[in-house]
Amino acid sequence: MPQVIVDGTEIEIGAHERLNCIEAARRAGKEIPHYCWHPGLSVVASCRMCLVETGQRDAATGKITMVPKLVPGCQTPVKDGTVIVTESQLVKESRARVEEALLIDHPIDCPICDKAGECLLQDYHFEHGQPQRRADLQPFHSRRRDVGPTVTLFVDRCIMCTRCVRFTREVSGTGELMVTSRGAKEEIDSFPGFPLDNKLAGNVVDLCPVGALGDRDFLYQQRVWFLKHEPNVCGGCATGCSIVTEHNQDTVYRLKPRENPHVNKWWMCDEGRYGWHHLHDPARLLAAGRRDDRGPDASWDTVDWPAVVTRLRADLAAAGGLAVAVSPMLTVEEAWMLCAVARSIDPAAFLAVGHVPRSGTDETFPGGFTIRAEKCPNRNGVEAVLALFDPAVPTWEDLLAHLRAGRARSAWVTAAYPGAWIDAEAAGAFAGLDCLVVQDMFPSALTEATSAPVTWRLPAVGFAERSGTWVNAGHRAQCFEQAIRPPAGVWPEGRLWWNMLGRSGLYDPPAVRHQIAGAAASFAALGGDVPATGIDLRILQLATTESSSPA
Amino acid sequence: MKPTDPAIVWLEEKPLGLGERLYLPLFVQGLTTTARHLVSPKVTVSFPEERPRIGNPLLYRGVHRLNKDAQGRVQCVACFLCATACPAHCIDIVAAESPWPDREKYPESFQIDELRCIFCGMCEEACPVDAIELTSLLDLTGRSREEMIFDKEKLLSVYDMTKDAEPMKSASLTGGSAHAHAIPAGGARQGGLP
Repeated sequence: MPQVIVDGTEIEIGAHERLNCIEAARRAGKEIPHYCWHPGLSVVASCRMCLVETGQRDAATGKITMVPKLVPGCQTPVKDGTVIVTESQLVKESRARVEEALLIDHPIDCPICDKAGECLLQDYHFEHGQPQRRADLQPFHSRRRDVGPTVTLFVDRCIMCTRCVRFTREVSGTGELMVTSRGAKEEIDSFPGFPLDNKLAGNVVDLCPVGALGDRDFLYQQRVWFLKHEPNVCGGCATGCSIVTEHNQDTVYRLKPRENPHVNKWWMCDEGRYGWHHLHDPARLLAAGRRDDRGPDASWDTVDWPAVVTRLRADLAAAGGLAVAVSPMLTVEEAWMLCAVARSIDPAAFLAVGHVPRSGTDETFPGGFTIRAEKCPNRNGVEAVLALFDPAVPTWEDLLAHLRAGRARSAWVTAAYPGAWIDAEAAGAFAGLDCLVVQDMFPSALTEATSAPVTWRLPAVGFAERSGTWVNAGHRAQCFEQAIRPPAGVWPEGRLWWNMLGRSGLYDPPAVRHQIAGAAASFAALGGDVPATGIDLRILQLATTESSSPA
Repeated sequence: MKPTDPAIVWLEEKPLGLGERLYLPLFVQGLTTTARHLVSPKVTVSFPEERPRIGNPLLYRGVHRLNKDAQGRVQCVACFLCATACPAHCIDIVAAESPWPDREKYPESFQIDELRCIFCGMCEEACPVDAIELTSLLDLTGRSREEMIFDKEKLLSVYDMTKDAEPMKSASLTGGSAHAHAIPAGGARQGGLP
């Protein structure tokens, strides 16, 4: 195994690993500061912050020969016997000079800069800069211009790392951004007539190591040090990007991608990034309502949640002939509990996958990132759960046909979609039932236009308010915890079904998950601890198929 | 440490002397203190008819005010540093893009819960543009809790009320322009770039 010596510590790297000095030093616990280098982008070695001393140890004699000049750590690959020195006086002085040069042209308007608190320029200056300034610097007002509908550029805060330019050229493949002028007058700008409005545009704000690129959706909403971070999974499409939900006092302020090499690498799309506003929509359903007359002025009676547990079961049992739509927005745990509840009410209940929203076609970008046409996070998971109860796994269309054929007396529709999803025609299939239960985030044609002798309208929760497991289009299961609490008075679906199953205590998704994993081979991979980057559900199945197949 | 530890020095209380046992000298000593206060100048004032004397208004920590800049706009840039520094969590700011071309950010709403405030002065210390200051107003009353939550207009009116008696502290401390190191000072950058 190749050995690399970082500040006197020998570390081993993989025989075929291609690492640069920054990555190798990180393995040894040494952080080499850098601005322009990003693991997802090409190397330009332009910021000069990662300059280190390197050398080579002779394998035969053990004699170390150092390179006389400093080299950029991001551009220097390591091999067996590479020596990296990150803490020498020369390196420290070089970093202090780089910081000094960057600050000469910087407005130093940290108090009004949204990046303050997570800014690499601040952090590195604190750690590597010098306490006194030699230039007479006065804070000034940064020029600002919008480079796209969602992204704004504070021109003078930029340190010209060109991460954003490389992103638009290499990952989104749209190339709207460029560097204008030369030398000290270099500036980032969009090409005239080509504003930055591709579907991955928001990522340039995350990439920006300083406060130059600002997200207009988040601009001035909250200081970053007030935000709490919860690892989460995006519910916007079947890709299921790993994200971090940044929130404060049960209000989401922004979503950021979380590094996951198996799913989204370092990126997420703008649709997902700004797709949290429905969580705080005042039109959301907040109370459990029941209606038991057909009149046009029928009003909803609010029912307390403990009473919902018993009365919902009684209403559905009285109607009989149950058909259930299991929404692909639900987690695996919730879907499993819903199926169990439905089958406990009606042992012959018809269980189908709920409406699967689609829009357009799958879109893959040059960097490998894919936005799926399927705008729900867990169709694979819900189908796998339904297969445990009914191998046929009926679809939403099958459910509508089942209802139109008059083979059901009651229906239980779970939705939780972020917006309007059902049209009057599909809602018409639900006419003539004895009992209709709808669990959704917003009033829809189903709750408002359809009338049954008994109609239930129960609130559902959004993606950040849920905990459980989602299985994405690539069969990768990711577990997550709720980031914010649902609005006051709303029980998440899982809690309601946990109580309807008669289980005691608080709703415990891991307990349900382990139960499913123990009961079903298709979910066996979820039995142990699931890593933060998720686990491929097929991993154990492939192994078992291979080992059990006769030679 | 055990009682037998050699590092411990045991002291005995001194036995009472003749004067102490007589009681009378100590009695006189105490009465002398009382008598001295009877004739010395009084420090108590009959508040509210009589106002107490504030030693140094620069150091006194009374009701807050929000300073205005030369054009009469709120000086605050909504950086949230006061709210961050506040140990009582009594400052609530809503920031927004400013309507003025020479400023980037301003407080759309700025509220201080004066009932929750402990008047520690950390907000004043944290402020990078000397926008929030504690005045020497000390009698703070209201008929309801809501009335004691001071909004931006009220805090600005405190400035109008006190600016003559108490000019901005930074001006008197630096002996010059209060705007010299304010963040959004110029509007145009001072460098030579186009």
